[in-house]
Amino acid sequence: MNAITPRNAPGNTPEHAYNFAYLDEATKRMIRRAILKAIAIPGHQIPFGAREMPLPYGWGTGGIQVTAAILGPRDVLKVIDQGADDTTNAVSIRRFFARVANVETTTRTAEATIIQTRHRIPERPLTEGQVMVFQVPMPEPLFRLEPRLAETRRLHALGDYSLAQVRLYEDIARQGESGSAYNHPVMVGGRYLMSPSPIPGFDNPKLHNSPALMLFGAGREKKIYAVPPYTEVRSLDFEDHPFKPMRAPQCCSACGSATSYLDEIVADDQGGRIFVCSDTDHCAETQGQ
Amino acid sequence: MSAALEVQALNKGFTLHLQGGIGFQVLKSEALVVMPGECVALTGPSGAGKSTLMRCLQGNYGADAGRIMLAHRGGLADLAAADARLVREIRRETLGYVSQFLRVIPRVSARDVVAEPLIDRGMDPEAARERATALLTRLNLPPRLHGLPPATFSGGEQQRVNLARGFAPDYPILLLDEPTASLDAANREVVVALIQEAKSRGAALVGIFHDIEVRDRVADRLHQVLPLEEAA
Amino acid sequence: MSAPLLEAARLQLRFGAVRALDGVDIEIFPGEVVAIVGESGSGKSTLLRVLAGAMNAEAGTVLYRDAEGEAHDVHALTEAGRRKLMRSDWGFVHQNARDGLRMGISAGGNVGERLMAAGDRNYAHIRAEAAEWMARVEMDPARIDEPPKNFSGGMQQRLQIARCLVTSPRLVFMDEPTGGLDVSVQARLLDLIRGLVSQLGLAVFFVTHDIAAARLLAHRIVVMRHGRIVEEGLADRVLDDPRHAYTQLLVSSVLAA
Repeated sequence: MNAITPRNAPGNTPEHAYNFAYLDEATKRMIRRAILKAIAIPGHQIPFGAREMPLPYGWGTGGIQVTAAILGPRDVLKVIDQGADDTTNAVSIRRFFARVANVETTTRTAEATIIQTRHRIPERPLTEGQVMVFQVPMPEPLFRLEPRLAETRRLHALGDYSLAQVRLYEDIARQGESGSAYNHPVMVGGRYLMSPSPIPGFDNPKLHNSPALMLFGAGREKKIYAVPPYTEVRSLDFEDHPFKPMRAPQCCSACGSATSYLDEIVADDQGGRIFVCSDTDHCAETQGQ
Repeated sequence: MSAALEVQALNKGFTLHLQGGIGFQVLKSEALVVMPGECVALTGPSGAGKSTLMRCLQGNYGADAGRIMLAHRGGLADLAAADARLVREIRRETLGYVSQFLRVIPRVSARDVVAEPLIDRGMDPEAARERATALLTRLNLPPRLHGLPPATFSGGEQQRVNLARGFAPDYPILLLDEPTASLDAANREVVVALIQEAKSRGAALVGIFHDIEVRDRVADRLHQVLPLEEAA
Repeated sequence: MSAPLLEAARLQLRFGAVRALDGVDIEIFPGEVVAIVGESGSGKSTLLRVLAGAMNAEAGTVLYRDAEGEAHDVHALTEAGRRKLMRSDWGFVHQNARDGLRMGISAGGNVGERLMAAGDRNYAHIRAEAAEWMARVEMDPARIDEPPKNFSGGMQQRLQIARCLVTSPRLVFMDEPTGGLDVSVQARLLDLIRGLVSQLGLAVFFVTHDIAAARLLAHRIVVMRHGRIVEEGLADRVLDDPRHAYTQLLVSSVLAA
């Protein structure tokens, strides 16, 4: 039946107590089915049977299951948290997959085939063949507007997103601008309203027509959704208040970049602040040039 | 010339379900013809059914049998058989009514009460208000009252607002229920003049007048409404 | 004359042993105001909900004729179709403002939502329309950013009306729009509704147990009892020359003002 050997075929597992990439093959198949369905219906949330993972909810259980389901032995994995490769969560997840799948890991965006992320999309433009895996705490973009899940499903089915537009209206009426610096909802393929996960609005334009495949996994909420390559992704806005990706109007103190997304850091005991790239790989690359 | 209004074999009675279902007949085989330009006064002892006939002619009471034919929109319409929409159309375009009492609408000024039927007939609101002001002035309603809702007006003042509302659109048929009841001599003269003018433009009028002098000056004919003997 | 805007025939609905609707035929024409009166439990609110497609009857049809003259079977519409109708051609004013407003959203957002649902994506235009409609229902447009809970009951009803009318509906359903309000507030609200209805040429079905309100607003009155229409006709005729025993009782129970 198998004319070609799948890249994630079992058999070469390093930790013999676990199957390749931790999850059993039946579970991975179930998750892959959900992923395929999600790719077929861009922006639409697909329920899946999320498993208990060896880390707490909120630490990326959804992302880790998606990564486990698509990971093959030849993949090169990068994990970032708040743009950085060296934070606890990123380091732990990278080590986890190095151990249970024996895959190569990297901090270089250019080298990675799979990038699992929380809060950021790398600055370096993604390329065809790369897969972004987003960790999603709350997949439902209408969650704060309509508490009944059955009703939100109905609104998605009917494509009725006036509520989200009303929320935007309220933000502008109250504070003059759209209030969501993070997780600003997007319309995918002109059909489904989608939460881009808690990435800054600055990263929203990177979703639009990206050559990479974007997969979103929510472990606690047991939902998977996707943006296939080259898909239209528009941030919700008004004609006369167009969506504006925001960044601090400074340059990175480390690499001097005036275009990358910056983190504000308290640098000394006097409360002095500096701004540095949130994408550590990008910063290192720029410094090296 | 054909009649503006023709009542044929009109029957009207009432059944009082709250009083054990007793029924009584007020009008039986009533007939009346009014030509354009003619004013007919209804007479008869009180309780004989003048007011009932008047209310049937206005569509306020439904007829039990018979026809009430009106010249309407170039043809004939039977008010007795008309549905609610047709009655509204007839009232808007053809049939005016001045009752003794004004049904006051809260917060609507006297001027707008008078202008309303004109606007309903498609007149420009400004022109309608001008005409309303002119009529109220002619009926000697002080200008300071024109912009006030008539709820607090005296009986005579309300009656004049009512008259202005009834005479403002040139209805082809006009029903007058005690139009001069609470008016002084000067205003009575204005009403007589308004009636004469309506007749000379070809309106057909039917009225109940307790004021015999006014009645004899405006009516071309009397129509007796007599009490029926015993009822069903 | 024109065809009916909405036309219902032989509506039947039971709640257990209770006949909520028992062979009801009713229609409304463009620009017509129809009051549905009757005591509690007479089926009048149920009828309104069935006419608006918010509840299904067990038998019977409800036809709506759109602006192009095409007839739609309201109960055969998809939910998407019904919702579209509800936020464009139709409006519904609930007795309880909580059912018709979003209490966590500003007055402007409440009025603007229908415009946004209809596809308006211009913030300045949406805001200007909301302010304009607040003024038309005699609310202070300066309070456009306040939530409904800051407003009195009468003002909340005005806001509901503004929210309905902003998309220029052709047919509005009102369920006891003045119920639960102080008498003086009721009178002003009725007066406002009366003015708007005649200016806009709206067709309105409104349910009330208030005979005075029916006399003031309605062109036609439908009297319901035990799920049946017992009497129907020209508003002043039904009130001044009631035929049915129940209508006579209803009319005689009203205190003369």
